[in-house]
Amino acid sequence: MTNPALRQQVINIYKELLNLGKEYPLGYQYFQTRLHNAFASQAGLQDEEKIKKAIERAEYVKKEVEALYYLKRYRALRQRYR
Amino acid sequence: MSTALKILVPVKRVIDYAVKPRVNSARTAIETQGVKHSMNPFDELSIEAAVRMRERGSPKVEDILALSAGPAKCVDVLRTAMAMGADRSIHVELPDSSAAGELEPLGVAKLLAKVVEKEDRNLVILGKQSIDDDSNQTGQMLAGLLGWGQATQASKIEFEEGGDKVSVTREVDGGVETLRSPLPMVITTDLRLNEPRYASLPNIMKAKKKKLEKKSLEDFGLEAGNRLKTVKVEEPPARKGGGKVEDVDGMISKLKELGAI
Repeated sequence: MTNPALRQQVINIYKELLNLGKEYPLGYQYFQTRLHNAFASQAGLQDEEKIKKAIERAEYVKKEVEALYYLKRYRALRQRYR
Repeated sequence: MSTALKILVPVKRVIDYAVKPRVNSARTAIETQGVKHSMNPFDELSIEAAVRMRERGSPKVEDILALSAGPAKCVDVLRTAMAMGADRSIHVELPDSSAAGELEPLGVAKLLAKVVEKEDRNLVILGKQSIDDDSNQTGQMLAGLLGWGQATQASKIEFEEGGDKVSVTREVDGGVETLRSPLPMVITTDLRLNEPRYASLPNIMKAKKKKLEKKSLEDFGLEAGNRLKTVKVEEPPARKGGGKVEDVDGMISKLKELGAI
């Protein structure tokens, strides 16, 4: 990777996703290996546009995981307190 | 001009909702040692409600104070609260909960009433109940002690033009009910009020720099002490399996046997 600003962005989103993974229902290990593989498979990207696209995708995944946690909790509580 | 909001959000550290609670061997309480704890989900809703009030900007939110009373580890939930957007927090330290027992709703309400007075609050947003003892009393008792209006189980909170009156929508049997009250008031949150945000990593880092005061019950002129004694805690009976019937006649005879028809 050439652009240091982009590199920092990638590292930040990776860290944030790792942090999110601590509460993943299937376990941190499951999440961590998959996350690592997903990032490693894109490590060779050189084109800045493509890297930006990949970061966008990571942001999307982050939102999805947050939504997953919210829904899981919402459903559990709704079932209990209906 | 409307008055600026000074919000108090009390939070409780409870056993995580996803953990299956176990009764301890003495059958006096739930096992809390080595069990994952997190913030009471209804309290997350109230923090989120307070933060959204600030983001809306009118009326102005002057400051959001989070408070938790309990053992030293309650600091974790206060940090989460601050990562979600509370400005500062107070931790009222109690001796380890296993020894002295935690505060009862009335004790908490008395403590909150003192804090409201000392910190000059005009809005208290509480979770409607905690998921560990499900008392659903603290908000109501606090409103009673303060002599303020209360709106429990809020599913929507709106400020009226000018900002001195609050409309709160609650879900009641067969519809919704809307209450209107001037400030100051006590609001307790229901599940559908909002979608609490996830405390992001940068915000967790920033929250470490926010102010966290340590206090004790004595600082507020209160004593620990409970009126109620837990006699026994038991697990619900295990579910018994059902039986299959061959045909309609079989079912009817079975129902007669059970005295259902």
